[in-house]
This record gives sequence, C-alpha cells and structure tokens, in this order.
Amino acid sequence: MTTAPDPLILVPEQLTKASDDARVARRERLRLVLRSKTFLVGSVIFLFWIFCALFGEMVAPKNPFASDPLNRLASPSGEFWFGTDRLGRDVFSRVLAGAREILTVAPLATLLGTGIGTILGLVTGYFRGLVDDAIMRLMDALLAVPLVILALLALVALGPSNTTVIVVIGIVFTPLVARTVRAAVLSEAQLEYVQAARLRNERAPYIMFAEILPNVLPPVIVEFTVRLGYAVFTIAALSFLGFGIQPPAPDWGLQVFENYGFLSANIWWPVLFPAVAIASLVVAVNLISDGITQAFER
Amino acid sequence: MTAAVPDLPLAVPALELRDLEVAYRVRGIDRPVLRGVSLEIAQGEAYGLVGESGCGKTTAAFAVMRYLPRNGRVTGGSIGVGGNDLLAMSEAQVRHLRAKTVSMVYQNPGTALNPSIRVGEQVAEVFRIAGRSKEESRERARAMLAKVQISDPARVLKRYPHQLSGGMQQRVVIAMALASDPTLLILDEPTTGLDATVEAEVLDLVTALRAEFGTSVLFISHNLAVIAKMCERVGVLYAGRLVEEGPAGQVFENPRHPYTVGLLRCIPRRGVRKDQTRLDTIPGFLPSLGAALPGCVFADRCGLAQEICRAEEPALIDLGGGRSSRCHFHEQAHLLPRATAPRGHAASRDGGGGEPIVRVESVSKTFKQEGHEIRALADVSFAIRPGETLGLVGESGSGKTTLARVLLGLSEPDADSRLELDGRPLASRVGKRDTEQVRAIQIVFQNPDAALNRRFSVRRIIGRALKKLLGVRGSQRDERLETLAQSVRFDNRLLGARPSQLSGGLKQRVAIARAFAGDPRAVVCDEPTSALDVSVQAAILNLLADLQNDKGVTYLFISHDLGVVRYLSDRIAVLYLGRVMELGDAEVVFNAPHHPYTEALLSAVPTLDRGERPRIKLEGEMPSAADPPSGCVFHTRCPRKLGEICETEEPPLVEAEPGHLMRCHISIEELRRLQATAPDAGNRGRSPSGNRGA
Repeated sequence: MTTAPDPLILVPEQLTKASDDARVARRERLRLVLRSKTFLVGSVIFLFWIFCALFGEMVAPKNPFASDPLNRLASPSGEFWFGTDRLGRDVFSRVLAGAREILTVAPLATLLGTGIGTILGLVTGYFRGLVDDAIMRLMDALLAVPLVILALLALVALGPSNTTVIVVIGIVFTPLVARTVRAAVLSEAQLEYVQAARLRNERAPYIMFAEILPNVLPPVIVEFTVRLGYAVFTIAALSFLGFGIQPPAPDWGLQVFENYGFLSANIWWPVLFPAVAIASLVVAVNLISDGITQAFER
Repeated sequence: MTAAVPDLPLAVPALELRDLEVAYRVRGIDRPVLRGVSLEIAQGEAYGLVGESGCGKTTAAFAVMRYLPRNGRVTGGSIGVGGNDLLAMSEAQVRHLRAKTVSMVYQNPGTALNPSIRVGEQVAEVFRIAGRSKEESRERARAMLAKVQISDPARVLKRYPHQLSGGMQQRVVIAMALASDPTLLILDEPTTGLDATVEAEVLDLVTALRAEFGTSVLFISHNLAVIAKMCERVGVLYAGRLVEEGPAGQVFENPRHPYTVGLLRCIPRRGVRKDQTRLDTIPGFLPSLGAALPGCVFADRCGLAQEICRAEEPALIDLGGGRSSRCHFHEQAHLLPRATAPRGHAASRDGGGGEPIVRVESVSKTFKQEGHEIRALADVSFAIRPGETLGLVGESGSGKTTLARVLLGLSEPDADSRLELDGRPLASRVGKRDTEQVRAIQIVFQNPDAALNRRFSVRRIIGRALKKLLGVRGSQRDERLETLAQSVRFDNRLLGARPSQLSGGLKQRVAIARAFAGDPRAVVCDEPTSALDVSVQAAILNLLADLQNDKGVTYLFISHDLGVVRYLSDRIAVLYLGRVMELGDAEVVFNAPHHPYTEALLSAVPTLDRGERPRIKLEGEMPSAADPPSGCVFHTRCPRKLGEICETEEPPLVEAEPGHLMRCHISIEELRRLQATAPDAGNRGRSPSGNRGA
C-alpha cells in the first residue's frame, strides 16, 4: 500500500465502546425479560411443575399409585388434602406426580413440530416457486382438518402411546410453525447478505441454515413457547378422551377422564384439582411466552 | 441582514431559539443532545440547518414541534414561535399551534401518510380540524393539491398513498403542511431518497409556495447544495452546538469554522476526478451522545486545534454581516490542514488499455407480471476495460440495478442476451459459472446493514468469502484476512465485532473487503455511499479509488449522485427506461453537447458551485416500463422534442462523435448549438474557499 494511513481507523476507545455497546444491549434484553412480571410469575409456576415432574413421587405424602379401598372418594381432609379418587388414591399426590408425563410429552411434541415447521418454513420461504406452492398447499390442507379430529384419527390408526402422541401433535403443529417461519424467511431472504452468499456460490442448505436461520430464531423461539402452551392443552384433552397418555400414569387429563362421572354425585375434588393443575401449567407457559415476546419486540 | 419580505413586521421572528438545551434520558442519565442552540428565523425567511447525522438537527425540529420522544426533554433555554413562549403553553395550546401556526414535513413521505385512507380524506381532514364543513374541506383539498402542481387533483384525491410515486406523495404531504397556512414550515430532509429530477421539482415547488404564502421555513438537510439553493441563511450544527451561522452564500463560499470547511471539502465538486486528487475527509468520530465536552466540541477532529481549544469553549464570535463562528481561530479556518493526503502519485488513467474485461451485448430483461410484460432492459450493450470505471446513471426505475443483477448472474436475462468475461461467454446464472468467474465479478451493496449478516462477526463474514472464493483455510486464511482488512483500512482488532457494533462507514468497509476477497476483476458498486454521511462518503470513495489504483479492478458504479459518479467514473452510461441513451467518456457526457435527458438530469442537481445551469424541467413522471411510449421512449418528457418523428420512430444508439454514443434524432451539431447557451457543466473556476489548505 502506497497510501497514507487512513484517519478513520478506530482508536482503542472506540473499540472498547463498540464491544461495550453490544454487551450492554445483550444485558438490556436479558434484564427486560427478567424484569417482566409476566415472565417471572410464569417461570415460578413452571419451575414448580418442573420440580414436581422430577421429584413429585418423592415429595408426595402418599404413593400416588396405591389404592386404598377403604377410603374411596373421600372428601378433602387433613389426611387427604385433595381427597381421594374412585380407587382411593390420594389426589394431592397424584397431582404432584402427574406433571411428569405431560412435561415430557408436550415439550417433545412441540420440539418436533417446531423443528419440522422451521425446516419447511426455511425451504418454502427460500426457494419459493413450485416447492413453496406444493408444500404450503399441503400445509393448508392439514390446517383445514380440525386438530383434535386429526389427532384422534391418527391415534386410532396407530394405537395410543406416548410416541404416537408426540408424533401426532408434532405433525399437527408443523403447518402453523412453517407459516410463521416462512413469513420471516421471506423478508429475510430479500436482504442483500443472502444475495452476497449466492454470489460466492454457497449451497442452498448453507444459506438457509447458517445464514438465514440465526436471523429468524427470535420468532421461532416465540412460536415454540406459544405452541408449548397449546401442546399441554391438547394432550390433556386427548388424555381426557382416552387417546392420550395411558393408565396407570397419574396424568391430569387422565384423572379428569377417570373421575368426571362422579361429578353428578357432587364429588368434585378428583376432577377440579387436576384441572386446575392443567390450567396453571398452560397459563404459566403463556406468561413466559408473553414475557419473551415483549422483550424481542423492543 | 435578512431577506425578509418588506411589509411584514421584522420585530417578531417566526422562530426564536434561545440557548435551547435538549437532553435524552438513556439508562437513567440525561445526555445532552442540543447544547445551547440560539437562532432566529425572521418572518418569510428560509433558514437552513446542516450537519451530519447525529448532530441534533431533527431533535431541534422535534423540540420546536414539541414532539420530542418520551425520554427527551428541554432542559434549558426557550423556544419562541411568533413571539409566544412554546414551552409555557398547555397541551391544548400546542395542539392549536400545530394545527394553525407550525407545520412539519418529514423525510419519508411514505410513512407520513396513512396507507389505509384515501389521499383526499387525509388532506381534507386538515381543513375539517380548522372548522370547515365537509363540502368546503373537500373543495379546499382539491384547490390545495392544484397549488402544489398536481396536474389532476380530482383523480389523485381518490387514490391511496401507495398508488402515488414518492415525489407525488411528498407533494401531498407538503399540501397538507401548507393547508393551514402556517407561519412556520419545518422541512426535515424533504427530498432525501427522491430522484434528482423529482427533488428539483419539489424544491422548485417549495420556492414557489414560499413566494406565494410568505411562510418562514426551517430547512433541515445534510445536503449542503440543497441548503445553498433554498435558504437565505444557514446554521451549521455539530454535536448539538451551532458552530457557524450566516448568509448561505457566504458561509459556503468562505466558511469560518473548521467543521464547515471540512464538510465542504468532503464533497466531490467542480468536476474533480479520482485521478486528480483524493477527497479530503474529517478524521475521527462524532462525540458519543451526551459526552462531556469541556472545550470546543470539534477540537478532537480539528487539524487546527490548540491547547486552548481543548480547555476553553469558544464563544459564538460575531464576525459582522450577520455571520458568526464558534471557533478560537475562525480567521484561519480555511487553513485547516488536509486530513487525507492528496494522491501520492497520479492515478494512471489508461483510457482503453487492453481488451475489455466485461462485455454486455444486446442484453434485455423482461419481467412477466400478471400477464403484463415489463421490459426492464432493452438491448443494452457496452464493454468495460480493465481498471476502468463505468458509471451508470438514471432515475430510479431506469434499470440500473436490474442491469447489475443480470451481470452478477442473480437475474436471468432474455434469451438473446450475451455476457462475456475476458472474451469467454458468461453463464447467465451465477450457479452455472465456474469458481474463476464467480470470483471475478462481485458487488458492494447500497445498504451495509442489509448486506452483512447481523449474526456473524466480521471475521466470519470475510473469512467465509475467502474460504469459498479462494479455498484458503486455517492460518493461511487468517493471514489473508488480516491483509484484506488492512487494505480496506479496517482495524484488525475489530474483526471479532458484529456489524451492529460498527459505524456505517466501517460496515461498508467490511462489505468492500468481502467483495475483494476473491481478487475480483470487476466489482459492481450499487450506490455504495448513498446511506453514508459526506465525510464517510469521501473516505469510502477514496478507498475505492485507491483499491482500483492498486489492484487494477474494474468498477460498474451505480449512483444517483452525479458529483460522486463524475469523481469515480472514466466512462458514463445514461439509462432511461432500460435503454442506454448516452454513453461516452465521463468528461464528454458531463460537458455539452449532451443527450436531452442527460441535460435535464444534470440541470436538476443543485450544486454548490457558482454558475448554476438553467433548470430544464422534465414534464410528468417516468412512463411505466410495462407500456413504454412509442418511438423514442423519452419523447413524452423531452424538452427538445423535434416533432412527429420522435413519437413514431425509435432513434438508434449511434456514435455521434468518436467515442460518444447517443440515442437521439437531433444531430450532435444541433445539440451543441442548442446547449451552447448553458454554462459548461464543469465550471472549473475556483472559488475562494477551494482547497487552499492543501
């Protein structure tokens, strides 16, 4: 180089300032999430259920599987806080222990749906054209069938098991995620860094997964949390219909299913407490999702 | 001292700022943005506020509208509008003021209009707020649109904003701003982002309306030439301080503050070219928001700064004649040493040395849209020689970017088109080109924010290009990466940074480094400086010229800024509706005789140089490429149209004189005679401010 030094070279203060700014921005976002009350309340409830899923059987006052024929359908008391069910099992212990199944099945199902949906969203949004049309029409067709009916049909055909539930919910969620991701990819693919990648003959998978994917992660994360709430809800509904999680698991939806017949006899406790548990988990996930969304929107 | 309309009372200024201080609260600390700004705009006067982005121009405008963002507040001083204290007013009074007395026109007309409401209703609303009946409002809206020279107001009123062009939208916004007959009109970069021809029309319109309404104007722009054209007085803002003020002509002719001197030197003007000198730049950076500045705000970047400048804030020194400067050494401002060395050795300008690198032959591109055929490029041919820059100019929609995309292989041209690289045919899709060819043609995009992946570090961005294009890995790659960063003057210590951590100029350097990673033969520069401030623009243009000098690379340089194109280009192609209208050496194209379209383009650009050409107005807007006019495509707007032949027969692109191609029915001799009256575009006469310090 024969040219004189350039005056625009950064001085060290500028350097530290630049990296400071980035650190501050990251911290700012984290702080926003942590300061959001919705996120905190949601996390507390969610962490409580996670704890129960891990250690529920250990901390439960009674064995959630042990029936006690002498104390069938006992109302809530000092000994049985939430009463007992039709086999005399302690409802409180079963509510604590019931978190495990749903907190395994729902996240796995959501992960599957978000994963496939993200891939399809990337492919359709990046390639457009015929690929896009074909895949998205298929997705639309999937969406047109009511969700629960679709799940029921698949479960009847494949036989109910946790794996089937995960696969079915995952497939059902795929079109919804794919649509969101596709929209984000469409606007991202317009940006010139994608053209720059094409101009050095990058392969399409590299452009989609290495260049574009990191930039559409925020909507993917938000979508995951939203879908997780729906997954909890849907799995509980399937279990209630008898097609979801199978006995003898102390699943909440299953508990409602097993005991709702006694409601007419004014025996509400084996139904109400698991139902409240389902509701609290759904609400918690949605609160977390709201908190994250707000932080990303800033 | 001011050019006020005589029969208006001079005593009460339309706007008076006294020691105005505004601060933004960021992370709990008040950071000063305006540091004691005082200025006065007389009735009927136009006052220009200039400065680079981040100097506080728009904040000043928002303060006057009392539209400061929620974390901003006035921390001191006063704002008087027509003699009333704005800061003492209640919310209701401020609303009344905005409705009746002060109006503002924002930079982006597209976002200033509500996209879901018809234009008519939006304009009429202004009158309804003023208490007119529905009928009367509609009638007045139509009259107002006619006043802003919209030829068919009734039709425009029924449209939605997105159905109007940018220039048309800005007219509507101006119509709305003037509807309440305000005494003060604030224009915040009203023509930034508009084509030169449209900009000229909007500026003419503002001038005409000002004569009619006698409105005072606060005109904010980073474009000094626009301010020089529009304003009687000008204030130069730097880091929230007014550093110089005075009559526009004098300030630009004979600046008395080093910052003004520096700004003026950054602009390529008087036909200066890359082989003559490098542009001067302003070293360093704007102080960060709210930094404590004990001395002169400009001291850190000033080549004249002495001990006293860092210790003591200079007062606003009255220079007489309505001029003032905030500089301890204002008498020596013009002696400011150059921050960038002039070119060490004359850049070689080997006109036509060697075989062409890139050859484009009868390239056409037709887009199909809902059954319509849109011919974006029609039979474009040219060749670029090694080490040469071909400038592409034309209004937006003329096909400049389409041509670049075709050349890059991002967009497939029509069947008969031929592209050649080094005499070998070039596949029309980048995926079908071999690595050698892919490396050979690269691009620097307009907007570095979009062109760099914001999740990647600079090291990864450039490193990936090196790996893909050169196939180098490991320590070899690191070595090359550092050399490359050095060649674009990018500090190696910043390689780990993400784009968002870098300034606009540094980001563009990264983009340039990426384009040069594979030792390209030809680089397309698509408006590489239009998103940058002038001082950064100067540095980038210098860099591009230096790189060309060192590596002998060829540029296809696209820009709407004719001064910039002239600085960097050896040859120029003028595009209109996808056709080459004129092609020749830069000096030949910039000097008469020109094609009538080139002539109009050149005359539309405001310039700081004296001896402005007479404005040649282009009628109407560029026709749609879906339905181009018969005959010569320019005949619908051509001010020199001959007659029927222009409407029926398309003129061929012929060599009117050696090395000068033109597509016009008028002979070159006739054009020379017609355009002889206009002063030469070059106007090399040196004005006193020149590069005396060089």
